[in-house]
Amino acid sequence: MKRFANALLCASALSMLGTAALAEKLTIATVNNGDMIRMQKLGDDFTAKNPDIELEWVTLEENILRQRVTTDIATKGGQYDVMTIGTYEVPIWGKQGWLVSLNDLPASYDVDDLLPAIRGGLTVDGELYAAPFYGESSMVMYRTDLMEKAGMEMPEAPTWQFIREAAAAMTDKDAGIYGICLRGKAGWGENMAFLTATANSFGAKWFDMDWNAQFDSPEWKEALTFYIEMMNESGPPGAAGNGFNENLALFQTGKCGMWIDATVAASFVTNPTDSQVADKVGFALAPDNGLGKRGNWLWAWSLGIPAGTQKAESAKKFVEWATSKDYLALVAEKEGWANVPPGTRTSLYENPEYAKVPFAKMTLDSINAADPQNPTVDKVPYVGVQFVAIPEFQGIATAVGQQFSAALAGTTSIDDALANAQALTTREMKKAGYPK
Amino acid sequence: MATAHSRSAARLMMSPAVILLLGWMIVPLSMTIYFSFLRYNLLSPGTEAWTGFDNYRYFLTDPAFFDALGNTLVLVLGVLVITVIGGILLGLLLDQPFFGQGIVRILVIAPFFVMPTVSALVWKNMFMNPVNGLFAYLATAVGLEPFDFLSHAPLASIILIVSWQWLPFATLILLTALQSLDQEQLEAAEMDGAGPVNRFTFIMLPHLGRAITVVILIQTIFLLSVFAEILVTTNGGPGTATTNLTYLVYVQSLLQFDVGGGSAGGIVAVILANIVAIFLMRMIGKNLDA
Amino acid sequence: MARAVSNRRKLIVTLIAWTIGLAIFFPILWTFLTSFKTEAEAIASPPSLFLFDWTTENYAEVQSRSNYSLHFANSVIISLGSTLLGLLIAIPAAWSMAFVPGKHTKDILMWMLSTKMLPPVGVLIPIYLMFRDTGLLDTRMGLVLVLTLINLPIIVWMLYTYFKEIPVDILEAARMDGATLWSEIIYVLTPMAVPGIASTLLLNVILAWNEAFWTLNLTAAKAAPLTAFIASYSSPEGLFYAKLSAASTMAIAPILILGWFSQKQLVRGLTFGAVK
Repeated sequence: MKRFANALLCASALSMLGTAALAEKLTIATVNNGDMIRMQKLGDDFTAKNPDIELEWVTLEENILRQRVTTDIATKGGQYDVMTIGTYEVPIWGKQGWLVSLNDLPASYDVDDLLPAIRGGLTVDGELYAAPFYGESSMVMYRTDLMEKAGMEMPEAPTWQFIREAAAAMTDKDAGIYGICLRGKAGWGENMAFLTATANSFGAKWFDMDWNAQFDSPEWKEALTFYIEMMNESGPPGAAGNGFNENLALFQTGKCGMWIDATVAASFVTNPTDSQVADKVGFALAPDNGLGKRGNWLWAWSLGIPAGTQKAESAKKFVEWATSKDYLALVAEKEGWANVPPGTRTSLYENPEYAKVPFAKMTLDSINAADPQNPTVDKVPYVGVQFVAIPEFQGIATAVGQQFSAALAGTTSIDDALANAQALTTREMKKAGYPK
Repeated sequence: MATAHSRSAARLMMSPAVILLLGWMIVPLSMTIYFSFLRYNLLSPGTEAWTGFDNYRYFLTDPAFFDALGNTLVLVLGVLVITVIGGILLGLLLDQPFFGQGIVRILVIAPFFVMPTVSALVWKNMFMNPVNGLFAYLATAVGLEPFDFLSHAPLASIILIVSWQWLPFATLILLTALQSLDQEQLEAAEMDGAGPVNRFTFIMLPHLGRAITVVILIQTIFLLSVFAEILVTTNGGPGTATTNLTYLVYVQSLLQFDVGGGSAGGIVAVILANIVAIFLMRMIGKNLDA
Repeated sequence: MARAVSNRRKLIVTLIAWTIGLAIFFPILWTFLTSFKTEAEAIASPPSLFLFDWTTENYAEVQSRSNYSLHFANSVIISLGSTLLGLLIAIPAAWSMAFVPGKHTKDILMWMLSTKMLPPVGVLIPIYLMFRDTGLLDTRMGLVLVLTLINLPIIVWMLYTYFKEIPVDILEAARMDGATLWSEIIYVLTPMAVPGIASTLLLNVILAWNEAFWTLNLTAAKAAPLTAFIASYSSPEGLFYAKLSAASTMAIAPILILGWFSQKQLVRGLTFGAVK
């Protein structure tokens, strides 16, 4: 009797173990941006289709997330099964072999539907290492009413000179209206993203083919001087502390005439719940100087799977779900077309429903105008439009960003800022062993 | 009193704490020291190479190093001065009888409970922002130009934010020390004709000696590694105006993932902090043995 | 206070004290108020103090998005756990250093404090590697261990300073009455030590509750405390102040309530140089 009871106990325990083992837990690390939060909320759709997979979410602020996932993947900590990374990490990590290749996704995924520029940014040696969740470039967002009041008309593809003139015309400091709001907060992903992309359009570059820093070049001086002079003429006070969110707040409360920043901002500024100027916004391509490169950048938040994970199959299923055409349709159905994660698939932009969204076309044009493999006018040894895809870039660019931010604040002269940037970049590159 | 029995018992009782802290210190510390002699970037593993004192040399010759050193000292001293003086004044105030003492006490202590990141965000965006912030609004309401705190007085702004966070701690300790002051001594002095300032200087202040010492010691330890506030508000800028030693190590270890350089920076920070501590102990250590 | 104080003086002091108290508390009040505003309202200028449309949408959003109860439970376990463990280790140590001081007691104390001087950022990778190898990543146990170790010096210090206040004569008297070491500790020392231990406990719980480096870097989904909860609301792309305020209020409230109820303990215990 006792033996029978024991056997029964064992059997039921084993069967429980069995069922427990079937439910696999995926830990997903993601940024706390709106689109990812939406993905989290729609996660039930995935678990309904895959009842044997459970999702656990770790949502963090971008900088902390990047720290965490990088530390984890580099030390093979195994804490995460799916990571949200960007076009900065993928080339570096892909080369190290830290990511699982996604070349074997099923045909129904339609990998050729991915926008070429984005797909290129996530591919290393022919292997796709991360699936794009949403993509963005940068563009000009402007107040149609203020433009009209200033008697000017924004072309589809403006030049920097035009932008400067328009900004001056729209500025009314007494009324608290500033012609142009741009990023000034120090950070490799804050002001340096903008300044690097802008400098590209002035013909400047970070490094020459021998990895020598180029801040002593006349092109950088021209770019930086233009930026600071324009901001002094027509920018808001305290610009040196303004990042994306601060400028967003300024634009939404009606204080900016123009704002050149990420295309995803468009969905925020045209949202009547948060924005006071939702119906008065127009869009144009990021400006250029006629040198063949515009000042727009390219970024895609993507989902990658760390190599060596035990749950690769489930993770791939999730990645496939979150970046598929069905997911886009799901968001459209539940939250409206304006909230669909932008910038990943050509089919989205061919959809007539999506074309009704005011910023759709300009977003697509901006993304297509960016070429991370050839970001600058001259040839360069690196990839990346608004960043340089080397591990040392984060630290160097933050320090350079501090210098440029100080120049904007007026506490350092432009020449000193450039000289300091040159010195510290050269020093850090030497320390890291470049050229290599 | 200290018999042989109690001395060995004492040693036994101290040992868990000492052994644990020794382990905590030695294991990570020795790993850090080891890493500091390597050229080890987390993002290029497998290329570690022994590089002697190179990491130290780079860290110490970093043009930002001396700025960071200066900023660290200014930050610590600034906050100490504000919190100790403010703490004494607030303690004196709260020691007086008035209505609603309990509530005011919790109002004053509350900032200590808030996470540093949150405080910094609130101060930066809701108060100090020159366009949308409260201070800007108040300035324009009286007809002044809004002041751009974080661009033009960055270190002072950070000192303000950190002082706000630590004032409650100092106030609490100093208030309770005040409350234990012998009233009779004060009254006797008053009857002898000593004015309030004299009473304060010669009776209250010495009594507060130990409390002030503890406040300074504990706060210094925490202030030397202020980090979250800087990260959230100025990212060390403009230029290197708010980069302190901890931030410099952060840039190395977690932005560049240069484990070698970051480790070297960490060791330098430890050595410098220890120097400050020895200095401090020598200056005010005797107050502890009242 | 033996002296009679005039009502007029009391009123003046009340006015000053309340003004200063409110001024210091204002940022927290502001956060609380902002948590009830819409995002657009939160960044509006001129800023509104009380007269706006109060809404609870932020709290609803925070509740639906994050697992507050998990984070809260983790925070409680980690703060209490590390504090209790720390006290367990520190009490005997502080006792022995206060009552049986040796030649090197001062040096040992200074050395303990010096272990806090290594910037955590510099030692993250070694600790991460150790935790990875011992399977402690993303576990509450692991966090309890780390927080105990980093706060142990503070606990020892505060207990030591408090224990030094306890009059040795009472212990002498007890010993002369024939009390053993054990009964000395239990019946004489402990009652006098309780206030000091209580306030050390509270201070440490607060420090552990707000610790935002190790708690963020050594956890993922399972052991993340309220600090990670806050980090998921700060600085995303887009307006977030109202939601962050709601999340912060939910994170600070427990600790504020704890502080309110234990005020007396906090104040009583920290009587350095007091017990005469």
